[in-house]
Amino acid sequence: MDPFQIQKPPTQFDVAIVGSGAGGGMAAYTLAKAGAKVVLLEAGGYYDPADPKYITQLKWPWESPRRGAGTTRAFGDFDAAWGGWDIEGEPYTTAKGTEFHWFRSRMLGGRTNHWGRISLRFGPDDFRRKSMTGVGQDWPIGYDDLKPFYDRVDRLIGVFGSVENFPNEPDGIFLPAPKPRLHELMIRKGARSIGIPVIPSRLSMLTKPINDERGSCFYCAQCGRGCQAYADFSSSSVLVKPAMKTGNVTLINGAMVREVITDPATGLCTGVSYVDTQTLQEVTIKAKSVVLAASAGETARLLLNSKSSRFPTGLANSSGVVGKYINDSTGASRSAFVPALMDRKRYNEDGVGGMHVFTPWWLDNKKLDFPRGYHIEYWGGMGMPAYGFGWGVEALNGMIAARDGSKKPGGGYGAGLKDDYRRFYGAYVGMAGRGEPVPLESNYCEIDPNVVDKYGIPVLRFNYKWSDYEVKQAKHMQDTFEEIIHSMGGIALGEKPGADNSYGLEAPGKIIHEVGTSRMGNDPKTSALNKFQQAHDVKNLFVVDAAAFPSQGDKNVTWTILASSMRTSEYLIDQVKKKNI
Amino acid sequence: MKRRDSLKALSLTGFGLAVGPTEAAVPAPPDVKPLKIPGGRQKFEAERDAKLMAEKFFTPHELQTVTVLSDIIIPADERSGSASQAGVPAFIEFMMKDQPRNQTPMRGGIRWLDNTCTKRYGKQFVQCTKAQQIDMVEQIAYPALAKPDMTQGASFFTLMRNLTASGFFTSQIGIKDLGYVGNTPNQWNGVPDDVLKQYGLAYEERELNPGK
Repeated sequence: MDPFQIQKPPTQFDVAIVGSGAGGGMAAYTLAKAGAKVVLLEAGGYYDPADPKYITQLKWPWESPRRGAGTTRAFGDFDAAWGGWDIEGEPYTTAKGTEFHWFRSRMLGGRTNHWGRISLRFGPDDFRRKSMTGVGQDWPIGYDDLKPFYDRVDRLIGVFGSVENFPNEPDGIFLPAPKPRLHELMIRKGARSIGIPVIPSRLSMLTKPINDERGSCFYCAQCGRGCQAYADFSSSSVLVKPAMKTGNVTLINGAMVREVITDPATGLCTGVSYVDTQTLQEVTIKAKSVVLAASAGETARLLLNSKSSRFPTGLANSSGVVGKYINDSTGASRSAFVPALMDRKRYNEDGVGGMHVFTPWWLDNKKLDFPRGYHIEYWGGMGMPAYGFGWGVEALNGMIAARDGSKKPGGGYGAGLKDDYRRFYGAYVGMAGRGEPVPLESNYCEIDPNVVDKYGIPVLRFNYKWSDYEVKQAKHMQDTFEEIIHSMGGIALGEKPGADNSYGLEAPGKIIHEVGTSRMGNDPKTSALNKFQQAHDVKNLFVVDAAAFPSQGDKNVTWTILASSMRTSEYLIDQVKKKNI
Repeated sequence: MKRRDSLKALSLTGFGLAVGPTEAAVPAPPDVKPLKIPGGRQKFEAERDAKLMAEKFFTPHELQTVTVLSDIIIPADERSGSASQAGVPAFIEFMMKDQPRNQTPMRGGIRWLDNTCTKRYGKQFVQCTKAQQIDMVEQIAYPALAKPDMTQGASFFTLMRNLTASGFFTSQIGIKDLGYVGNTPNQWNGVPDDVLKQYGLAYEERELNPGK
């Protein structure tokens, strides 16, 4: 068989969608429901969390020889994400003196299979930060443009939460929120006593059933493993499956899209070319429109690799902004031991897969020395033990008196140590800030001139450095964490991160929220897409992942990806009906 | 060697050819039985696990040392069994292969322990009396108090303690001991009343009567 033979399926599809995560899944769902013939291309394999072939939910740590350690999966053996920051044969590079870690999930549904399901709407201010602070970039749309779509996403997918009327934290159409766990009540009481709000979290998990296709949550705390009841949101279970039931979707797994094909005469897309990851054959798919949803990094890579004589700097890139302004959430964290929680009564407090409460951004940046906010996520409680359990006890047990009141030095062995582990179980809490960075032109990804992946596709080279804005924000996080820990009578663990390590600010890419590489805007000279996420340069090319976002708010972006993908998909349908494309 | 064979050898090596005839350079793949991939694992993971399971890292002496140490760290008591009864030595053996960065600290640590015991008691650690073993462990079990000639041993013992605790409390015996009762379908209806009372906490009205 000639590996370079090019296969051409006879069909021409209405739309080719690249990527099956939040953006691609929603586009496939919306377009297929409207009757469009869709081909959905996913680089990874098929995945269904209800198929025993794939189930990791409700497994015990001893069912893994490494007890769930993260040797081959970054978040552990039972995590649903196939892939990670390093994938064999799929390298990326970083420019000297800069750092970026690029997490990829190669599977149906992409990174929505293991994410935290934190489903926050952007608030009105999140669309106009430049106007408010002078730095960054405004969006070409505002909250009112997206609100109807957020509402529909809430109803279609399901999200729990509570009506709070909190500034810049719009309420949604919520399912009931689960009650806080014990440590969450303690955090709330402590934090509120020092003026820091703590409210029910907003996660896309079904605390009540919303339709016949999906079950409701059975409180195992394992959303990150994929839910066999489909009671949480992942694009594969909640969008792609019903989209396929319409009969209008052709799903092709193992399709690593290499290039968007354009007609040199018209400059319009005619389809995409992909490498079949099993056979390594090159396949071309014809489509009347192309929708990119490959993730901020992959979408930029695909556009930059789709060079032609008509588009010498890559597709949709006459502005030169493709790849620029990449920005990930900031992240910093601290954990603590809460002596009051020692020797706890045991009961099942697994709850949902994540925190039941969180802290939205509550301060005014005008009064601070950094221009953007952050929210705080919390963890703790009597969770299922996994690899790492008990690690580092020597730094703690010297501070805590034994049952008989006696003190011993940290570390130890024997019956006393064994008892310490029992007594300390469930007495730890942790918190992490997730903040908004200022998108900078100097942070960008580009095609590495020297490196290709195993499919022969040129790879991305990242150039990313945090600025002083983000470092100062991380400092504020660390101060806040200590205040919260002390307010609840906790002992902060480890050294407080200081200036020498940028206050514990995680390296770019570690929070896996990167956005912004083909941003939308009204000016084609400074943006790749218009306000409907349609390429300024190519009217039948759309981007429905977070590559389109000029900024990312102090929120997680998935809910905004879903709402904007629905909006863009309906715009596409409308434009086809009006015969504009 | 026949002349023709030696010429052949020359042609492959002496003339600096990097690649010989393709059929020779690429041996046929070995005839392996197809691997059954357990549920929830990717193929490459199942293959990797099978390969690691088939390898051995510890010598019998090392495994014996790890077993004795793990039972000193987590002995049996009235509530549950010991580390070795919970399968901790086999878990540590696997982790050495799974995360090779721990191999040198572990193997070297065992050597350090034997060297030090030989100096102190004239015997390797596992041959020492129980009292001598405990006397040795006392020197390295409290990192902040370890004397200057014991600090490397303290680092090794910390690694052993951490691996032992992780292995024990992720085993069936350890999880039962700990009293973890989750990982099963259920309903979460909040912290039990007696626990709320114990901590002087209460739910808000809207949490008790949602929808009001």
